[in-house]
Amino acid sequence: MPALDVVIAHFNHWITVVLMVAGLYVVVARGNMVKKLVGLGVFQTSVYLLYISPGKIFGGTAPIIDPRFTVYSNPLPHVLILTAIVVGVATLALGLALVVRINEAYGSIEEDEIFGKPDEDGDGGGESSGVGSR
Amino acid sequence: MALLTMMVVATFGILRLGNLFAVVILGGIYSFLMATVLVVLDAVDVAMTEASVGAGISTVLMLGTLYLTKVEEAAPVRRSILPLLIALGVGAVLAYGTFDFPPFGVAEAPIHQHVVPRYLAKSVEETMVPNVVTAVLASYRGYDTLGETTVIFTAGIGVLLLLRGGRKGAGARGSKEGGA
Amino acid sequence: MKHDLILRVGVKLLLPFMLLFALYVQFHGDFGPGGGFQAGVIAAAMVILYAVIWGVPAARRVVPMGLVERMIPAGVLIYAGTGVMGLALGGNYLDYFVLLHDPAHGQEWGIFAVEAGVFVTVSGTMTAIFYTFAERER
Repeated sequence: MPALDVVIAHFNHWITVVLMVAGLYVVVARGNMVKKLVGLGVFQTSVYLLYISPGKIFGGTAPIIDPRFTVYSNPLPHVLILTAIVVGVATLALGLALVVRINEAYGSIEEDEIFGKPDEDGDGGGESSGVGSR
Repeated sequence: MALLTMMVVATFGILRLGNLFAVVILGGIYSFLMATVLVVLDAVDVAMTEASVGAGISTVLMLGTLYLTKVEEAAPVRRSILPLLIALGVGAVLAYGTFDFPPFGVAEAPIHQHVVPRYLAKSVEETMVPNVVTAVLASYRGYDTLGETTVIFTAGIGVLLLLRGGRKGAGARGSKEGGA
Repeated sequence: MKHDLILRVGVKLLLPFMLLFALYVQFHGDFGPGGGFQAGVIAAAMVILYAVIWGVPAARRVVPMGLVERMIPAGVLIYAGTGVMGLALGGNYLDYFVLLHDPAHGQEWGIFAVEAGVFVTVSGTMTAIFYTFAERER
């Protein structure tokens, strides 16, 4: 069954691609900023999968050295992704803080509503300058 | 494989739902599924971090933001086919690229040939730490982790700067609007 | 949620074990899964749980904002200071071989020190971020 072999060999990669594309779509298509950040999270998580799956070896175990085991999965991607997760939550927190400030300044977290307010230009300008000076 | 399929289902739930509260909770479920997948893939350290950070702290922060903003997502003003086309195009290119990947779980893949055998062979002898992930994180790649700690530091300071002066600013705005 | 008896008692029972688990993850990170990041996040989660049940002012009495704010740079300083100590003892920056009499022990203690630094920064940052989000008025 060569077809099944191909599926087993690449299933993780395909899921990675699907998650990455879904995250990209949410980030590009949705106007809501919280949803954009969730989409960014999905995108980011697909990258974790992309890095961790090649590190796995069939029959291997977690990379904690013990005399009873000889085959270990690859620890290097684990280290890189550990870094990525923590940096990810830091950027997420910063993004959410910006969303809160945007909501306070414009009263909305929808991109369409924020960009489509030409009649309140003076008010919006005044508020945004207030944000800058704070 | 079932877990990975469930993750895709959760992702499409995130894509379709309009209630942001449900989206955030689904995001938490998604993170837990991801953590389970990572355990299966032998990345226990990463799984632990993903479970505590992705499902814990991120969800709490998201809910805090929702409390401060709005729960319902507005219907999009204009629906455009362009983002879907971009996403599908990127997906097609990436899927084409996966066929050049070495098959999953094979020990002969190039990723297992360099540096790592040395880490696995020498780390106990050189650092007395059996957990190779910790040894590489803190010792062999200490600069990376220093930079990462600095990133967290910077993000923390940034959030404090963005949200701390708020009440004073809100008060100033209230007085500008005639003490409303 | 202050008036829900089950939550209040249950959380009260849970809190010390969460802190213990955080410390276990921190100090056992050399031998099992875990390390500074995970332990820091779990410790912050304990503070967050306390704040969710008893309110942020109560949590701020236990873990004051001033302490949390000092923890953020303190961790980075511990990390960078470990590097500088290696420099002062004649090695390169972030070289742990020189910290103690024999290289392997030096490595072990160096890893311990930087993990402690990471723990302090991560737990401080997460708690501070939570406080600022929770105290923000609508």
